[in-house]
Amino acid sequence: MIPTVPQSNITKWCYRAYVVAFFIYLALPLSVVCVFAFNNSVFPSLPWEGFTLAWFFGTDAPFIGVFNERSILRAIGTSAFVAVWVAGLAVAVGICNAFLFVRHEFRGKALLYMLMLLPLIIPGVILGISILVFSSSVANTLEDATGLWFDSLRPGLLLVILGQFSFIATFATLVISARLQKFDPSLEEAALNLGASQWGAIRQITLPFLFPAIVASAIVSVLMSFENFNTTLMLVGSESPLTITMFDKLKQGSTPVLNAVSLLLIVVSAAIGLISLLFQNAKR
Amino acid sequence: MSRDASRLGLLLLLAPLLLWLFLLIILPHIGLFVVSVSEKVGVREYEIGFGNYAAFFTEPLYWRTFARTAIMSMLATALTLILGFPIAYYIAKLTKGRTKTTLFLMCMIPFWVSELVRTYGWMILLRETGVFSNFLQYVGLTSGPIEFLYNDAAIMVGLVYTSILFMVVPLVTTLDSLDDSLIEAGYDLGGTSLSVMREIVIPHAMPGIVSGCIVVFMLSLGNYLTPILLGGKDSLWFTGMIYTQFITRFNWELGSAFGFLLLALSSAMVFFGLKLSRQSLSNTMGR
Amino acid sequence: MTEAPDLVCRDLVKDFDRFRAVDHVSFEVPQGSFFSILGPSGCGKTTLLRMVAGFQTPTGGELLIKGNSMIGVPPNKRPVSMVFQHLALFPTMSIGENVGFGLRQRGVGRSEIKTRVEEVLARVGLPGITDRRVDQLSGGQKQRVAIARCMVLEPDVLLLDEPLGALDLKLREHMKIELKALQHEFNTTFVYITHDQSEALVMSDNVAVMNHGRFEQIGTPHDIYHAPATAFVAGFVGEANRFKAKVTGKGGSTLSLEPESGAKITVEGVGSDIAEGQNVEVFLRPEAIELSKTEDSFDDDQNVTAGVVTSVLFNGANSMVTLKDTAFGATLTVALPQTGAFSDLHEGDSVFVGWHPSKARCYLVERSS
Repeated sequence: MIPTVPQSNITKWCYRAYVVAFFIYLALPLSVVCVFAFNNSVFPSLPWEGFTLAWFFGTDAPFIGVFNERSILRAIGTSAFVAVWVAGLAVAVGICNAFLFVRHEFRGKALLYMLMLLPLIIPGVILGISILVFSSSVANTLEDATGLWFDSLRPGLLLVILGQFSFIATFATLVISARLQKFDPSLEEAALNLGASQWGAIRQITLPFLFPAIVASAIVSVLMSFENFNTTLMLVGSESPLTITMFDKLKQGSTPVLNAVSLLLIVVSAAIGLISLLFQNAKR
Repeated sequence: MSRDASRLGLLLLLAPLLLWLFLLIILPHIGLFVVSVSEKVGVREYEIGFGNYAAFFTEPLYWRTFARTAIMSMLATALTLILGFPIAYYIAKLTKGRTKTTLFLMCMIPFWVSELVRTYGWMILLRETGVFSNFLQYVGLTSGPIEFLYNDAAIMVGLVYTSILFMVVPLVTTLDSLDDSLIEAGYDLGGTSLSVMREIVIPHAMPGIVSGCIVVFMLSLGNYLTPILLGGKDSLWFTGMIYTQFITRFNWELGSAFGFLLLALSSAMVFFGLKLSRQSLSNTMGR
Repeated sequence: MTEAPDLVCRDLVKDFDRFRAVDHVSFEVPQGSFFSILGPSGCGKTTLLRMVAGFQTPTGGELLIKGNSMIGVPPNKRPVSMVFQHLALFPTMSIGENVGFGLRQRGVGRSEIKTRVEEVLARVGLPGITDRRVDQLSGGQKQRVAIARCMVLEPDVLLLDEPLGALDLKLREHMKIELKALQHEFNTTFVYITHDQSEALVMSDNVAVMNHGRFEQIGTPHDIYHAPATAFVAGFVGEANRFKAKVTGKGGSTLSLEPESGAKITVEGVGSDIAEGQNVEVFLRPEAIELSKTEDSFDDDQNVTAGVVTSVLFNGANSMVTLKDTAFGATLTVALPQTGAFSDLHEGDSVFVGWHPSKARCYLVERSS
C-alpha cells in the first residue's frame, strides 16, 4: 500500500473517500461553531435568521457581543494572567531541567527523568484534587499553628497556576531538551577556547541556539494553560478563567455569544499553534 | 575549584526540578492517599481505615460507574486506533511534500482548539434543535425533531473526536520513519497487502500505537467535559463522581479514595500497555 | 530449441512528469549470467531496475521473464527478487524470520521453512544465526543475509540495487569477490546496478553503460574498457587522457590529427563516420603511454613527444606521473611502470612519451559540447 506498489482503482478510491470523510468529521463541529456565531438569532441553532455581527459588537440586550460582555472579558483577562505565569514558570524550569538532563550525569537521573514524565500519565482531575487536598491540609496545619489566615492556599488563582504548571512543565522540558540534545557542545568549547567565560559561552552561544525551542514551548504553554479545563475545575476559586466561565454559561443554556468567543479562540489558537510549529521547525 | 563550581551548578539545576516534583506531584499524591485512608469520626477528628474503599466496593453505583468508565474508555481507545491508523498511514506513506504538510496541519488545528469548543460544536450538531435533527427533517427522513444528545453513542463520538489526534500524530511520526524500501521488500518477497501490513508495518508502528493508546485511554478516563456535556447529568462518568464528592458533597475522604482508584487504574493500564509491547515509558512518552 | 533468456527488455520506456527516465532500452540476459548496468547517478538505472521488479510501470515497451510478459504483473507475483540499496532487512524480525518471510508468504510448512532457511544461510556462509537480530550483524553479514533472503525463494532473476554502496572500501573490495562467488554457487541470473565501474568490471559477464536513459554500449568488461563505443563510455569507464584535435588527413582507418597547438599525431582503427576537417576528441589510457628518458627508445610508428614532469603521484601499484606535453600543450597522466625504472623521477625532469596509434580512441565532438 505505497504509491510504487500498484493497487486496484476501487481500493484507492475507497481509501480516499474515507480520508475525505475523516476530514469532514474533523472540520464539522468547528465549522458549525463558527457559522452560528453570525446567526441573527438568540439561539445557536437553525433556522438561519440572517447574518449579523451583533454577537461580536452588539450592545443592546439580548444581542450583547463578546467585546461588550463584562464577564467574558474579565475571564479572558484572568486566563491571560494565569497563562503568562504558567508559561514563565514552565519555561524557566524547563530550561533548568533540559540542562540538567542533557548535560549532567548523576545518581538517580533515570529515576528523576521517569518522575518528570509522570504528569503526562496522571489524569488532570487527579492532579487537581491532589494539589487541592495537599494545599488545604498545609493551610489547615499552618492556620492551627499560627492563628493566621492562609487564603492563598485555598482554591484560587495561585492554585490554578500551580496546578497547570505541574504538568505543563513536563512539555516545556521535553521541547527544550530535544533542542539542547541537537546542540553541538564543541561550539561552546570553541567559545571557551576563544576566551569566553562559562556563563558567557552559555549566554552567547547556547541560549540563542535554544531560543526557537524556548519560544515554541512558551507558546505551547500559553495555549495549554488557556485551554486547560480538568485541573483548573478542581482548583478554581471566585475568579474563573475563560474555559470555566464558558462551561458555566453553557450549562445555563447557550447563546451565540459562546459561538463568537469560540470562533475567536479557534482563530487565535490555530494561529498560535502554527507559529509554535514554525519556531519548532526553525532550521537554525 | 571547578569541581566545586560544577557541583554547585548541578545543585542549582536540581533545585527547581526537585521543588516541582516534590511539592506538586509526589507530596500531593501521598497526601491524597493519606486522606483516602482516613475516616471521619467527629468534627476534625479522623482515624486511619479503609472505610472509603469499602464504601466503593459495597455501593454498586460507585463500582459500576467505575467499570463503565473503564470499559467505555477502552472502547474509545480501540475505536480511535481503528479509525486513526488508516489516516496516519495515508498521511505518512501515501502523500508527499506540500499535500502531506497541509493534511498534517489540518489534523493539528482541532488539536489546538479548546476541548470545550470542540464539545460545544458537537452539542450544536447533535441536540434536538441541532443541525442533524433539522437536516433529517428537511430531507424528510423524519417528521419530528430527534435528540441525538445524552446517550452513550454521543459520548463515544465526542471521546473519539477529542482524542483521535493524540493517536494520529504519534502514528504519523512512527510511520514516517518506516523506510518505503522495507514495504517494497515485503511485496518483492511475495507478501500481500495484508501480510505486509501485519508483519512489517504494524510491528514497526508499535511504539506509536502504544503511546497513542496510552494517551487516548488516559484522556478518556480522565475526561470530564465530554461525558457531562454530551451524556447529560446522568452520564455516570467516574470523574463526575469525584467532582460531586469534592465540590458538591464536600466528602473529600471518599473523593480522594475515588481519585486514587482512578489513578491506580490508569497507571495499571499504562504499565500493562508498556509491558505487552515491551516498550519503556521514556521511549514512548519522552519522544 | 534454445531456452528463452531469463530477462528480455524491448524498447522499454519510462516517462515521468517532466523528463524521460528510461529511453528505448533493449537488452537480453541469458540464464546464469551476471549482468551489470553501469551509469552515473540520475541516468535512469534505478528506474529501469524498479520496472523489472514491478515498482514502476513502464510507459512503453516489453518486459519478459523466462518468456512471460511481466507487464501488469504486481511485484509480489513476479519471479524476481531484489536486494535493496540499504538491504531493507526487517528490523522487527530475527534473521530466521527475515529469510523465511517469503516462504511464509507462499504458505510453506513451518518445519520445511526452518530447514530451508538453515540451508540457505549455510550456503551463504552464515550457519546457525537464525535467532540473531538484524542489528547484531556486521555490514558484510547483512549483505549475505539479504541475498539469502532472496535466494531461498529460488527466483529466476536476482536484482541488486547498488548493495555495496554503504560499505567501507576494504569490505567493498572483499564483497565484490564474494558476490561473484555466490552468483557462481547459486547459478542464478544476477542483474546488478552500480555507479562504480570497478564493481561492474570485476563481477560481470556483460556490462551495459547507461547515460541519460539510454544504453550507450552493451558488452563484456573487456570490450567496454578497451573498445568503448562512445565518448561517454570512454570517459566514464577507466581513467583517460583526453584532448581535442582536428582531422587533417584520413587513409583507410588511420587518421592524421592536429591538436589545437599544432603538433601532428596519428591514430589507427577508427570508425568510418569520421571525415577530414572534422573536430574529434582523443581518449588515451594512462597505461597505454610509454615513458622514456631518451627519444630513440621508441618504435618508428609511435607518436612520440617530449614533456616536463609536473608532479609525481605515488600510490603503490597505481602510481602516476603528470606531465606537460611540450609539443601540444596538453597535460597527460601516465602510469608509472612497476619496474622501478623511474623511481628517481622528479618534478621538472624532462622525459619523452610515446604511444602506439592503435591505443587511442577518437570520437566526433558533438556540436553542442
